[in-house]
Amino acid sequence: MSNIAVADAAAPSTAKPFLTRLGAGFVNRLVIIVPYLWLLFFFLIPFVIVFKISLSQTAIAMPPYTPVLDFSDGVSGFFAGFRDLNFDNYVWLTQDALYFKAYVTSVIIAAISTVLTLIVGYPIAYGMSRAPATIRPTLLMLVILPFWTSFLIRVYAWIGILKPEGLLNQLLLSLHIINQPLVILNTYTAIFIGIVYSYLPFMVLPLYSSLEKMDYSLIEAAKDLGCPPTAAFWKITFPLSLPGVIAGCLLVFIPAVGEFVIPDLLGGSQTLMIGKTLWNEFFANRDWPVSSAVAVILLLLLTVPIMLFQQAQARAQEQGK
Amino acid sequence: MKSLGSIRRDFAPWNDPNAKPYIQFDNVTKKFGDFTAVNNLSLTIFEREFFALLGASGCGKSTLLRMLAGFEEPTAGRILLDGQDLRGIPPYRRPVNMMFQSYALFPHMTVENNIAFGLKQEGMPKPDIEKRVAEMLKLVKLEQFAKRKPHQLSGGQRQRVALARSVAKRPKVLLLDEPLGALDKKLREETQFELMDLQQELGLTFVVVTHDQEEAMTMADRIAIMDKGEVMQVATPAEVYEAPASRFVAHFVGNVNMFEGKVAERSANTTRITGASGAQIVVENGGAVAAPNADIVFAIRPEKIKVSSKKPADAVNAMEGEVYDVAYLGDMTVYHIRLDDGQIVRASALNAARVTEDPLTWNDRAWVSFRPDAGVVLAR
Repeated sequence: MSNIAVADAAAPSTAKPFLTRLGAGFVNRLVIIVPYLWLLFFFLIPFVIVFKISLSQTAIAMPPYTPVLDFSDGVSGFFAGFRDLNFDNYVWLTQDALYFKAYVTSVIIAAISTVLTLIVGYPIAYGMSRAPATIRPTLLMLVILPFWTSFLIRVYAWIGILKPEGLLNQLLLSLHIINQPLVILNTYTAIFIGIVYSYLPFMVLPLYSSLEKMDYSLIEAAKDLGCPPTAAFWKITFPLSLPGVIAGCLLVFIPAVGEFVIPDLLGGSQTLMIGKTLWNEFFANRDWPVSSAVAVILLLLLTVPIMLFQQAQARAQEQGK
Repeated sequence: MKSLGSIRRDFAPWNDPNAKPYIQFDNVTKKFGDFTAVNNLSLTIFEREFFALLGASGCGKSTLLRMLAGFEEPTAGRILLDGQDLRGIPPYRRPVNMMFQSYALFPHMTVENNIAFGLKQEGMPKPDIEKRVAEMLKLVKLEQFAKRKPHQLSGGQRQRVALARSVAKRPKVLLLDEPLGALDKKLREETQFELMDLQQELGLTFVVVTHDQEEAMTMADRIAIMDKGEVMQVATPAEVYEAPASRFVAHFVGNVNMFEGKVAERSANTTRITGASGAQIVVENGGAVAAPNADIVFAIRPEKIKVSSKKPADAVNAMEGEVYDVAYLGDMTVYHIRLDDGQIVRASALNAARVTEDPLTWNDRAWVSFRPDAGVVLAR
């Protein structure tokens, strides 16, 4: 008797939440499916194609590689294609020191540029976050403003500034600071200048957003407790802006490793970076399989450490920050 | 003059002409652009005093506190602490500590490290720091929360950490900016008494900024009532309430009835006032201004007015009217009586007995009466 009563009472109360839960779950899944579709079409499928090309052999054909894994020969042909797959192109990357050097140089150049961008960007972001609230939108606008001009044109403009008879040398010569024009263009220095200039907004914006929401009374509290301003910066401001520092560094470092335009235009032929190597393999050598392999390795090189880092962050956050 | 109630009768250095002031504001002015936050203000605070700065927001009380802490420099005038001019001394070299309204706890540090922060800056040896931190945690009863981060604490616990951090360095003066502002009412009342105990225990000078008059009345030895960057009155809570120096102070602290009038006659002990509508009020002398024919205001607190259905036989001051409003609050009843000249008088009666024989209700005729010493005469 009592069992029936319980069942009767329970039935209507569970029925409705169940339906709504189903409905809500469906809507939630629908919403989340959009970014997944985006990633599927614009990341995963292109990546699979590139990966597939990297496993094939170069050929004088159109497209310039032996087709693998297609259905033109039917299902049996598709499976037969598996036998033709090989990692020769990846092995080749380890045999020619050029690729290894290019990877290492790229990572080093990107790392140095990231640090330089941080050094230049931090004071800018700090100044912006401490500026009167009324002029902050204007300052923000000024940081974003260069994006309104073509990236390519801005990099070309640097050629005009840095070349031996360029604006910078003319200025320094006319001020009698130097007697001979400085050679900046077509050196690594020019690449650093180009990367720092181009990627500065990507560093400044996340830094600004993390500095801006910081409560200034924390600095006052630190000073009140006997901490001089410089020490207060390193003990309070900087640690609290770390999420912004990390985000900014990743946003600069990742594209900088694969950067092609800046080393190509400002670095000249002497400089070696993986983006340029990739371009050369693809367009000059017309070796699609090898350049695809270069791209796949580059992707792994960049995503694996970031994923590990994110995992570590998530774990730290779970433990209560 | 009769004495006005005070809780700590033994502690009253402000009445001692030989007492050395501990904190001294000398004609201090602070301007922010065109805005004058503090206007030519002078104020003296004594050692071990619990001093409250009370005022509405924007009255300059926080600016005063921030100047003491060193976050703002006075535009003119000087501030002395224990005889030393504080001008030009940065906040990190001043022997004062502040408890911030937002608490300003360092979010990336544990409770322990928050409390130890100031001690580390001082270069205190590590074992001493550990000892002091443990002591502070015990003082604020947060021993088991030492390893937590601020975001893992409740509002009340955060308030305690902020307090512990600000007293850990044993400052000469502790500044508290709305220390209880973020707590709910019940917790606030408990904490008020804890703060008072702490101040006694540590023997520190406390300067607290608050907009809550009850908080100031409960905790402070003396209160400075501020308005528009100026001090309106500095006195003990009892003096502020019973002998306000001006209309502003009378209005600002508690409820008050005001009768406007002129001084009609002045004898040795009493002054007779003629109200605007002809009502006669006799008051005991004691107010500052009572020259004959002077325009004055008579201020009287609601609880000092007696309400009755018949005119009390012995009443010196009695006026007739009609009950306009009655509010029963449990512990007391508040009457609003519309006098026959139209003025509305607020009177409160303690409900000492459970049953009243002669209850007054809406539209009843009623008499309000008060003693000659029940109110104060103020300048208009």
